[in-house]
Order: sequence, then C-alpha cells, then structure tokens
Amino acid sequence: MSSHESNYQPTSRMGKWFDERLPVGRMMHGQFIEFPTPRNLNYWWTFGGILTFCLVAQLVTGIVLAMHYQPSAAEAFNSVDHIRRNVNYGWMIQAMHAVGASMFFVAVYIHIFRGLYYGSYKAPREILWILGVFIFLAMMATAFMGYALPWGQMSFWGVTVITNLFSSIDSIIPGVGTAIVEWLWGGYSVSGTTLNRFFSLHYLLPFVIVGLVALHIWALHVAGQNNPAGLDIKTKSDQVPMYPYAVAKDAVGLFAFLLVFAWFVFFLPDYLGHADNFIEADPLVTPPHIVPEWYFLPFYAILRAIPSKLGGVIAMFASIAVLAFVPWLDTARVRSAKYRPIFKWFFWAFVFSCFALGYLGALPAEEPYVTYARIFTAYYFAFFLIIMPIVGIIETPKKLPGSITEDVLGPGGGKGATAGAAASPETR
Amino acid sequence: MTKTLTKSLGLAAMAAVAGVLAVSPAQAAGGGGHPIAHQPWSYAGMFGHYDKDQLQRGFRVYKEVCAACHGLSRVYFRNLAEPGGPEFDEEAVKALAAEWPNQITDGPNDEGAMFQRPARLSDRILGPYKNANEARAAQNGALPPDLSLITRARNTHNDAPWYLHVFLMARDVFTGYQEGGSNYLYALLTGYHETPAGFELSEGMNYNVAFPGNQIAMPNVLDGGPVDYADGQEKYDGPKASLEQNAADVTAFLAWAADPSLNERKQTGWLVMLYLLITTLLLYFGKKRIWSKYH
Repeated sequence: MSSHESNYQPTSRMGKWFDERLPVGRMMHGQFIEFPTPRNLNYWWTFGGILTFCLVAQLVTGIVLAMHYQPSAAEAFNSVDHIRRNVNYGWMIQAMHAVGASMFFVAVYIHIFRGLYYGSYKAPREILWILGVFIFLAMMATAFMGYALPWGQMSFWGVTVITNLFSSIDSIIPGVGTAIVEWLWGGYSVSGTTLNRFFSLHYLLPFVIVGLVALHIWALHVAGQNNPAGLDIKTKSDQVPMYPYAVAKDAVGLFAFLLVFAWFVFFLPDYLGHADNFIEADPLVTPPHIVPEWYFLPFYAILRAIPSKLGGVIAMFASIAVLAFVPWLDTARVRSAKYRPIFKWFFWAFVFSCFALGYLGALPAEEPYVTYARIFTAYYFAFFLIIMPIVGIIETPKKLPGSITEDVLGPGGGKGATAGAAASPETR
Repeated sequence: MTKTLTKSLGLAAMAAVAGVLAVSPAQAAGGGGHPIAHQPWSYAGMFGHYDKDQLQRGFRVYKEVCAACHGLSRVYFRNLAEPGGPEFDEEAVKALAAEWPNQITDGPNDEGAMFQRPARLSDRILGPYKNANEARAAQNGALPPDLSLITRARNTHNDAPWYLHVFLMARDVFTGYQEGGSNYLYALLTGYHETPAGFELSEGMNYNVAFPGNQIAMPNVLDGGPVDYADGQEKYDGPKASLEQNAADVTAFLAWAADPSLNERKQTGWLVMLYLLITTLLLYFGKKRIWSKYH
C-alpha cells in the first residue's frame, strides 16, 4: 500500500520469523514510523489523528454503555437515567459518549474545511476525499440513530420528523414513500420496534466507519499528505519521517483538543444537548420546536429553506452529495487557497454561510428567517457549482514557493547554508 | 503558522471577553414572553458546588409543599444521605423513609397478594399518585410532573440579537454555565403575578409570567414563604422564610435531584484539566525540541 519501501529490520529471531510469515510489523513501521510527511504541515493537519481518537473513544464508551442500556420503549429512558445515577462512573461515560458525538463533528467539520481550503481533494486525492464524504455520511447516520436511543422527547420527535421525510417520495409515486417509511419504522408509527432496530444499526455502523477509515488512511498513504503550500514532496529535504515529527505534533493537537473535550464533559455536559430530551418520549405530546442536534442544523436549515417537501429533501441530500464532486468542480491550477487571492474570500464567505445556516436551523421556520436561510442555501450551492469552476479559471494564482522546503525556509531555502542543517538527518 | 494560529486564537478570546463585558446582564427567555434572570446558584459555573445546608432546606420545601402533588421517583431515599447531596444523617433518612406517606407496593407475598409497606433506604421517593390517570383525576385534568429531572428538562433561550449570540454563548462556555433550567424553575416559582387586564384566564388556572402561554394549573404554593426554617427556635440565624428563599432552596434541591454527581463531576473535572494542561505543555515543548532543527 505504500509509495516507498520499508527499511524495517527485525531485531530478534522471533521478529524475523514472524516478519517472513506475516509482515504486519514491517507494514506498521513503513506506514506509521518512516512514512514521509511534508515538513510544512500546520496544526490543522492534526485533526486526522484527533478524529481517529474520537472514533475509538465513541466505540469504547459506546460498548460500555451498551452493557447497561435497554433498547425498549418502556426502559430506554429509564436505563439511560440509571446509567447516569447508579452505574459506577456512569455519569462520566454517558457524558463522554454524548459530548463525544459533538466533538467528533467539531473535528470532522474542521477537517472538511481544512481540506476545502488547502485543496486536499485535488488530484491525486479524489478517492481519498470521496471516502471522506462516505465517512461523513456514515457518521451522520450513526449520530442520528444514536440520538434516538435515550428515548427522550427530542429523540422521538426527531426520528419522527426525519424518517417522515421519505414520505415525500409519495409526490412522485403515490404510496411508495409511505411504504418506505413504514418499513423503516417497523409499524405505523415510531415505536419501540423502531428504537430496537436503530440500536442494532447504531452498534453496526461504527464498524462500517472503521472500515471506511482504514480505506481513507490507505488512500492517504498512497497519495501522500497534502500540505499548506499544496506542493508535492520532491526532495528529501521536503519531508520528515512520521515518527517522531508528525506524531509529536499530532500529540500536541490531540491533547489541546482533549482540553476542550474534557471541559464540556465535566463542566457543560448538558450544554450541547436539548433540555426536552430529559423528558421521556411521549407520542401524544409534540414539543413546540423540534430541532436536531447542533451538528445537523445547517442541513436542517437547507431542508426547510425549500418551499416543497420533496425539494427540501433533495436539497438536503444534495448538499452532502455535492461534496463528492468537488474534485472536478474546482478548476484551479493550484491546490492551496493560500495562493488564491479571489477564492480565499469566497471560501470564508462559505464558512460564514455554514454558521449562518446553523443559526437559522435552530430558529422557527418563519419570516424573516426563511428568506435568510434561502439566501445562504443559494450561496452554499453556488459556492460549489458556480464559484469553484469559474473562479478557478479567471483567477491568477499568487507565485508558489519553489518547494515545500522553500515554503518553510523562504526563497532559496534548501539550497543555501540553512538547508544543510535541515537536510542533514537524511543525508548524513 | 503556529504563531499566527495562537495569535488569532488569542485575539478571538480577547474579542469574546470584550464582547461579554459590553453586554448588559443577559436577558434570557423561557417561553412566557418575559425575561428570565440568571440567579447566583452556588452550583453554577466551573467552581460551583452544592450548598449542603441549602439542599437540606430545599428538601424540606419539597417535602412540606411539592410532595403533596409531585413525585421524585428517580431519586432513592439512600441518595439523601450520600456525599455531594443534602447529606442527611442516615438514621434520620431511615426514619424519614419509614414515615413517608406514599408507601411502596411490594409483593406478591406468600398468599400471592400485593401489599403496601413503608419505604426503606433502597426505595424510590414516590409521589401521591399511582399513575398519570389518577393524578389527572385528582388535579382537575392537569398532570403534576415528576420532579426528578425537572431542572435538566427545562431551559431558557437567548432573545439577544444574532450578533450577540456568539458572545453570550462564549460567556457560558468559558465560565462553564449551564443552569438555564434552574433559572427557569426559580422564575416560574416566583412568577405568579396579578392577571393583567384583558388576559383571559381559564377556569382553575393561574397567571404566571415564566410559564409558556402564561396559564398554569399549579397555584402559587410558595406565596409568602410557607416553609419556616426557624421552627420557632429563638436562636435561629439562618435564612428567613420568604417566597424567594423557599423557591431558591427547592430549586437547588431539585437541581441536585436531577444531577446528583455535579460535585464529583466538577472535582474530577479539575484534576482531568490539570493533567491535560500539563501534558499538553510537556508535549508542546517536546515537539518544539524535536522540530528545532527544522525551523
């Protein structure tokens, strides 16, 4: 799976014997110790490692929670409350899992924005990027089903609203939408049956994500990492081995991230959730405002911005699907927005729109919010479908550094006296 | 890049602080159309912890007033004696449980019949009604909710203009403040006002400024401060009974009932933060050394 040979040398006879039969140590050594990384990576590149941590943390806390959780309409809410009150450190495990979902999305959004800014989707990283879109989709499905499990009012009504979206297919082929919805529910309404299958899928999908992540990392290790300059590694002085350089930086990023994570777990465990989810699900009482978790709000705003139900559903799914086409929508000759004076502004306007859509998604669907949501929705799609292709053609990129080494050391770097010291670890 | 990142983060933090300072005391709302003020809860914020005496007073208010209609069924009697709560003496709680008017249905016994018995430490604190239907029948159609999770099941929201939102959120996040539910409950308990002219109040309902829709079935039960903590003692120098005092105390007690691990949580939190901060710094300086020949 690699673009370079591993210099792995087993030191013991046992190691040598094993290496000849299953060279897993050789692979790990080649891919995670010697693996060449660009020397100009900044801290935004630590989010890949942070996301891996998030996935593992969700798996571990989730497996422990599943030991105490009961996926039935009668007991789900009680069992989550029981975990918080009576299970040893249950309050901590439950908060880590609930806050962990939010932190997972914080990290993935930063990771996606980073990829968009530095052009990490451009050749030869298209497959890597598309795998990322699939991971994002699987994360959304997992988070959505996970949110159903505490069986509070928002769980129940969130599931009702979102699963009902499929009934919009009725406006194309009458009956088919309803049939799909009833098939999803396992009945004629959201019930304990729905909860039970959501629990099953919520336990399954994270392992699908693990598989997708393995492919994502594989693709990354074939193409190599992009970097803030958007240049390829050309010489030995452009790169540093993953260990200890990238690992040391990833560790700093991860622990800084954990500070934020822990702050929410220990001081604000309820802050990112909704109070209504502390009321047990009641099919007879509809909450006044049904809102999804914060990380779905921009997509919820897009859904509600479109006047027709089916149109809204299509727009919502399209807003994610469009990401998969980004490698071909962007016509720029350079990767990094650092060297794209026009695109840069459109990028930050896009970030602003995503926040604005998130803010509007939490507000009731009434004027003037709907109009604003329409404007930002229009910009969301225009960014990908109009700005990316056109700006890439009309824009003159700024002068790129000659190499990654020059990006770090300035013009002439890598040739003069400073380069000798920098390049020494490899040349010596 | 590191420097610019730290710099921009620093600037963002400074801007956030400046913004927070510029904002007058936050006006939050709870759906009743009236502002709901932040209260100085002992357990609010990153250094907050429950005030044991207040929780004990609050339990008295619950027992003497609220328990007439509301259950507390997710809380066990034993919890009342546990650390981080009201920390009543265990023997006193045993006696309390034994005298609790709403007994436990147990059984079946050897004859196959269910029977009523006094509560023990390991039992839940039950309200007067066996189920929602019995409650509604007794309460003119209204359902007094179980109070075990009430402060976490309610919240306020900001009515501030959109550009202030980020600062108000930043203030809550940086101070570790998530006590909207307590603020709402206190506002509700102290929110019984004269019905304004022109407001049509349904039969048997009461006007309340904090409650969504402003009509609530629950009467102004804490009017005048019915729970006198002094108990006629001459030397008593604790808080005087008043509507506000009773309301604040019972709110604090119910906040504990909903979140009994708060003290332990925040205590553990500081140890975790300290560990993470030191490790982050060590890793950062280690990283600087490792990279020194590359910059």
